[in-house]
Amino acid sequence: MKELRHLIEPEDFTLAELEEVVDHGLQMFENPQKYAEACKGKILASLFFEPSTRTKFSFDAAMLRLGGSLIGFADANTSSAKKGESLGDTIKVMGYYSDIVVMRHPKEGAPKLASHYSSVPIINGGDGGHQHPTQTLTDLITIKKHKGQIEGHTVAFCGDLKYGRTVHSLIRTLARFNTKKFILISPEELALPTSLKRQLEENFDLEIKEVRYIEEAIDEIDVLYMTRIQKERFFNEEDYLRLKNSYILDNEKIAPAKKDMIIMHPLPRVNEISPEVDTDNRAVYFEQSQLGVYVRMALICKLLEVGPYVRG
Amino acid sequence: MLEVKGIQNGIVLDHIGAGKGIIVFNKLFANTEHSVVLLMNVSSKNIGKKDIIKIEGTRDVDLNVLGLIDAGITVNIIKDGKLSEKHNVVIPEVIEGVLECENPRCITNADIWATPTFKLVGKNGHLEYTCNYCEEITKYKL
Repeated sequence: MKELRHLIEPEDFTLAELEEVVDHGLQMFENPQKYAEACKGKILASLFFEPSTRTKFSFDAAMLRLGGSLIGFADANTSSAKKGESLGDTIKVMGYYSDIVVMRHPKEGAPKLASHYSSVPIINGGDGGHQHPTQTLTDLITIKKHKGQIEGHTVAFCGDLKYGRTVHSLIRTLARFNTKKFILISPEELALPTSLKRQLEENFDLEIKEVRYIEEAIDEIDVLYMTRIQKERFFNEEDYLRLKNSYILDNEKIAPAKKDMIIMHPLPRVNEISPEVDTDNRAVYFEQSQLGVYVRMALICKLLEVGPYVRG
Repeated sequence: MLEVKGIQNGIVLDHIGAGKGIIVFNKLFANTEHSVVLLMNVSSKNIGKKDIIKIEGTRDVDLNVLGLIDAGITVNIIKDGKLSEKHNVVIPEVIEGVLECENPRCITNADIWATPTFKLVGKNGHLEYTCNYCEEITKYKL
């Protein structure tokens, strides 16, 4: 019997599995035609209980490029959740309508709950400020393509490290990939949660350096991961307005950086990277978005056991 | 000296830290239909003063809740007036449905199908549990 797998958090996959998905993603990027019918006859249900542009469309694009079809909603107000249906009921029914589900939900842990009731693979497309494992895959494929390997870099995270789920998923995964040094750049109010920091320090042999400003560490960095200060994560408008302009990257700030440093960003960007940086050859954030489609194609194939993952 | 008779069939919770008996009572037996006695500030050779709870007519008790309140409690099962089993309570490694997650954004605070489930991560001062759903740390407070 086929084993039902989900991707709720990056830890659901071994390092070998993550790297294999990344490698298949790179092959799909090089030769998408080869996989154009891998998901023919399959349906992806995309359940977005919270708005999303990139994640939703990149999954849609990934499934369409694999020859599959789509159903779903992009706004919880148009779903039966609005009528008070429990998540468990919604997911059970989706198992009859589709072969695989991607969901985004404002409540943290919602995809894990969904996986307990699902008869088809569940992909977490982001749950509150908690996890965003397919963004992590997108980040890993970008690092591998530009730096040759995932392991061994000095990786800096800048901006909202408290509520930024992309940061939480990626930092945990890079720690598993034997990253030796993290540099955390944020205001005190948006520092990495203590529980996560403790988890990293207790379980991995790595150095964490915390600084307040980019200039204090820019020359040491191999991978600079910028994040947006997200309005929807704040309970209080005043705090948001005070902190949103704290960390803006421009050409002057990156002048002392290594020539082969890469600048990443999960997008959308508001003003934290000045547009003048876009033409710098170290800026890879738009390509990162593009690669996200191909790594999601590889993930869908893995969970459905089709294309490069077909058995027998 | 206050005297309370022994029970025939039921449970005696012994070595409850003085003052914690009322917490155990409120958490586990406030709505019980069985006969219950709560003894407070009883002299103890080992711990100075202790509380004791005796319940007649049931052997059901949630050991996880007892472990959260006081890991020193001993549970004596009484059958036909005699001690038939004795259990030491331990701090639970996993707890289900007892605590509420402190994270307001956690699904367990929004969906009745999500039973809050926690794993023990620290015993320093407070017992610390991480939520199986959102991974936030919740401290158990009396």
